[in-house]
Amino acid sequence: MSTSSAAVGYRAARTLPARVELTRQLRRRRTQLALGFLVLLPFLLLIAFKIGNGSSNRNSGQFVDLATQSASNFTVFALFASAGFLLIVVVALFFGDTVASEASWSSLKYLLAIPVPRGRLLRQKAIVAGILSLIGLVLLPAVSLLVGVIWYGSGDMVGPTGEALPFGVSVGRIGLTVAYLAVHLLWVAGLALLLSVSTNAPLGAVGGAVLASILSEILDSITALGGLREYLPTHYVYAWSDLLSSSVDWGDIARGLLSALVYGVIFFALAARRFATKDITS
Amino acid sequence: MLGLIVVLAAAGTAVGISATRTPAAAVRSQNLFIPVADGPAHDQHIRLDTTVYFPSKTPAPAVLVSPGFGGTKTSLAQQATELAQQGFVVLTYTPRGFGASTGQIALNSPDYEIADGKQLIDWLAARPEVTKDGPNDPRVGVTGGSYGGAFSLMLAGSDKRVDAIAPVITWNDLSQALVPNTATSSLAATGTPAAGAFAANGVFKRSWAGIFFASGLGSSAGSPGSGACGRFIPQVCLAYQQIATTGQAGQQTVDLLRSDSPVSVTSHITVPTLLVQGEQDTLFGLDQADANARQIAAAGGTVKVIWYDGGHDGAAPGPALRGQIGDWFQHYLRGQGAAPALSFQYDVQGAFRSNGTPSVRTVTAPAYPGLTGAGTTRQQITLNGHASQFVLNPPGGNPAAVTGLPGLNGALGGAASRLTSDVPGENASFTSAAMSDQLLIAGSSTVHLRVAAVPGQAPGRQAVLFAKLYDVGPDGSRTLPGAGVAPLRIDPLPADGSPVDVTVTLPGIVQPVQAGHHLQLVVSTTDQSYANLTSPAVLRVSLDGQLAVPVVPGVSRSAGFPAGQLIAIVVVLGLCLLAGIVALLRRRRTENVDPDSVGVPLVLSGLGKSYPGGVVAVDDLSFRVEQGQVVGLLGPNGAGKTTALRMMMGLVRPSGGSIRVFGELVRPGSPVLSRIGSFVEGSGFLPHLSGMANLRLYWAATGRPDDQAGFDEALEIAGLGDAVRRKVGTYSQGMRQRLAIAQSMLGMPDLLVLDEPTNGLDPPQIRDMRDVLRDYAAGGRTVLVSSHLLTEVEQTCTHVVVMHKGRLVAAGEVGEIVSGGGETSFRVDDAERAIDVLRAIPGVPSVDDSRDSGEVHARLNGVARSAAVDALVRAGVAVDQVGPRRRLEDAFLELVGGGGS
Repeated sequence: MSTSSAAVGYRAARTLPARVELTRQLRRRRTQLALGFLVLLPFLLLIAFKIGNGSSNRNSGQFVDLATQSASNFTVFALFASAGFLLIVVVALFFGDTVASEASWSSLKYLLAIPVPRGRLLRQKAIVAGILSLIGLVLLPAVSLLVGVIWYGSGDMVGPTGEALPFGVSVGRIGLTVAYLAVHLLWVAGLALLLSVSTNAPLGAVGGAVLASILSEILDSITALGGLREYLPTHYVYAWSDLLSSSVDWGDIARGLLSALVYGVIFFALAARRFATKDITS
Repeated sequence: MLGLIVVLAAAGTAVGISATRTPAAAVRSQNLFIPVADGPAHDQHIRLDTTVYFPSKTPAPAVLVSPGFGGTKTSLAQQATELAQQGFVVLTYTPRGFGASTGQIALNSPDYEIADGKQLIDWLAARPEVTKDGPNDPRVGVTGGSYGGAFSLMLAGSDKRVDAIAPVITWNDLSQALVPNTATSSLAATGTPAAGAFAANGVFKRSWAGIFFASGLGSSAGSPGSGACGRFIPQVCLAYQQIATTGQAGQQTVDLLRSDSPVSVTSHITVPTLLVQGEQDTLFGLDQADANARQIAAAGGTVKVIWYDGGHDGAAPGPALRGQIGDWFQHYLRGQGAAPALSFQYDVQGAFRSNGTPSVRTVTAPAYPGLTGAGTTRQQITLNGHASQFVLNPPGGNPAAVTGLPGLNGALGGAASRLTSDVPGENASFTSAAMSDQLLIAGSSTVHLRVAAVPGQAPGRQAVLFAKLYDVGPDGSRTLPGAGVAPLRIDPLPADGSPVDVTVTLPGIVQPVQAGHHLQLVVSTTDQSYANLTSPAVLRVSLDGQLAVPVVPGVSRSAGFPAGQLIAIVVVLGLCLLAGIVALLRRRRTENVDPDSVGVPLVLSGLGKSYPGGVVAVDDLSFRVEQGQVVGLLGPNGAGKTTALRMMMGLVRPSGGSIRVFGELVRPGSPVLSRIGSFVEGSGFLPHLSGMANLRLYWAATGRPDDQAGFDEALEIAGLGDAVRRKVGTYSQGMRQRLAIAQSMLGMPDLLVLDEPTNGLDPPQIRDMRDVLRDYAAGGRTVLVSSHLLTEVEQTCTHVVVMHKGRLVAAGEVGEIVSGGGETSFRVDDAERAIDVLRAIPGVPSVDDSRDSGEVHARLNGVARSAAVDALVRAGVAVDQVGPRRRLEDAFLELVGGGGS
């Protein structure tokens, strides 16, 4: 690309490096709080299990009943408890806030006037939001596993039907679970980013994405909708639990990945299009 | 591009995400009653309620489908439609005694139900839509579940015109299904995995028998219910009453039940037979299908056996299994498709899946062991327990152990296998060591028991026991696979305490016993579902030898691999890649440079911006800014100044005209924007960072080398002192403003664009700012400042552009526009008189006044101002003020005040 007309030293491809954007975001309180909470959550769960001494461990096929069996079970429960809402909120926060907050601080126009090309700005912001989401997504099971190993030991993971997986295998499956969730949450990320470039209110973008996920989960609970529910973005949110048995059924996992990918691509494409043509008036 | 992605993604979703499949075309069906004549003498006329389904193409082979006990033809509509779609003429009917069919229930009696079946084949033979093998011999297959399954077998065994059958979850010997005895003194080695003992003098399975019988009570269309026998023929009714009241089956009853069972005709079945039996079935267990398979294979029939994850305690066959049945008929009736492999397949239920149903994998073995080739491998498991344990038979057989709820186990789903309880004192238990590897049990285990009466403890003359095999988890949780119970009756039992040795065949199950789990054999004296012994007794139970567990090795195939979804995922990713490449190519378009204005910092030509709804912010704005100028963009609030500046920064798209900066057309993200430093409306700092950190991060975001930034100079301009290390959130408006202006100067851009830079500054700071801007331009750079204050522009700028309501009003050098071309203004008390006086002075070409302000303007054209003042004073006009005419101010005040009057 010719840069003859640009200022000396300016290269569009060098603007807003991911490292700089990451620094900008990591120094924000909301980033620190969100990631900090994900670290704290396993400890809260641990305390809750320690305080609560009601009779449990009756194998009724729920993750919660098995949570204290081993480190892996504890981790799976932590993921199970947070997949439906907490992780969605975290991803919506990182993606929904990223552009809208710049608009609310008026700093967006100065970034664009550098100029950071609009597509690049959105891409860098999405990459950094993705990195932060991934850090959160890895932190939760990693800390849970650590807490679990210390308090519950590295025994076999017991599945809902009593099927046991050795610790090593179960850690690998938890890794796959994190990978699945990372792809599954693409739809939230895309929607939050689309809302983020459409509004100057960060709360509106984050809240809108969370609201959409709640709506989808409510509709998913209406069994009368039958097969239509398979098209809801949250329908396959727990498909990863199929990874937790010795013989993995990949059907729902593949369908979940495809669903998230399709929704993600559509939302990201709409966000890019909206941002490329938008008048920045903040 | 975007549209393409959306359309393709939507299409991908439609085929990939949904697990459901759309049905094929509808089929034509016809309801009719077919009259038949039954009874030993063929003289009892009744009519059967039938529906016949026609495929799109006839003649075609026929399939006769018969419902389960209590069911009618309507329950078969889905299966019949599927078969018709596969190209068969399908005849469904309601058996005699049920629904709209008349007659009485004879329980698949050869004289009644089977006679009906023969006449239905006669009817099919007379239809032109049905393919014929010969005169009065249609090409016909028979299938059905439970009652309908036994009908299929018995019809095939008594009518040679039947060409293939697929009986599902049905019985071989009804007397053994309802009054089973699993204990024998010597077990015949059959080699099959689920061979039952089928010993005589069994224990009455009262729960299931009651449910079975009850569905034949009450009235129906054809025969009003009469008394205790309902719609049953008297022989069947009497047999049931006999067993139900005594708890044991007399010989006459056994003979009747056997004659109403496939076992009476299996030696005549030579047609290809697909036996489908359920693993969740406490009514007709795997042993019943095992007996059918052995007997038909011995008679020379082709047999394939499938155990599926369902049954009377679970689900009916699903679409995949119904498809296999269709394939069976497709090959053996039509000769189409490859011959179905005569392999043996069984389902293994695994963990619960995310969608709420258990995972199922199917294991395929080359053949049903024992039918052809080698027999079943049996693994010996050592069970430990007290050498001999005492068990009590409570008086009245109550309380009794619970093993699921017959008839409701299906509704309970996976919970049924856990819904078990044993009564303390009534059972003996023997437990294995923990498994070192997974043990996949497939079939009926056998074990040798030694049972003795305890002398002096009210010994009975016989013993009834129930053997169960539990899967015990490491945490002690017990699962009873298939809720299966093996009842056994030892008769006679010596009263002197001498033991009786028996071989017990446990229920046929498929269970993956995980590593770390134990197997536990429990022998109890009672079971809720059976007729228990009512006389109290104490028995001594001990184990003789090991548990022999059947294992059928095979190839495991889990739920279908999601190939379609994977392909769709690859397609979506490919589309993204394609979109990325297209976007990259489009970005490489050439820059739009006007060579004539390369040296000109800013050229606006015909610039316009209008918003939907007709609001025009900027209209046909054209001006040039040359190098070294400090240009003031002057106009009242709302004149469109900020919008114009935003368009110059590439933030707002013009709706008309163009902006060129150093010759290059400005578009969002144009590289030439890097030569503009800007401050427009709002300082734009991250409030949680210090001023210094903000500047450094901003510069880092430009990606340019740090040594070009000139932080020190910028900080000097900002003049914040130590405050640069404080968070921006704590700054005053003025501090933020100065920091923002300093930020705009980072890297010393060639063109500086500032929007109202002096707003919120103190007078000394305003003065400093003027110097800064003038110094900045003195180095050959260019500054564009917007303001709504004339004095500000006058004192700072070399040039001015006046805007009002989005349009250009005036443009030029400040001095030129301010001095107004040499006219002189007089502020006087009497303007009209002053005009007359001035006009009277020779050499003054023009005089006019501005009525509002009391000022008079004259072009003196060489006449000294002092002379003009002298003339006015002499004429009695009081002169307040004399000076050069400030036309810009006039124009501007007019704009600000009145709006272009």
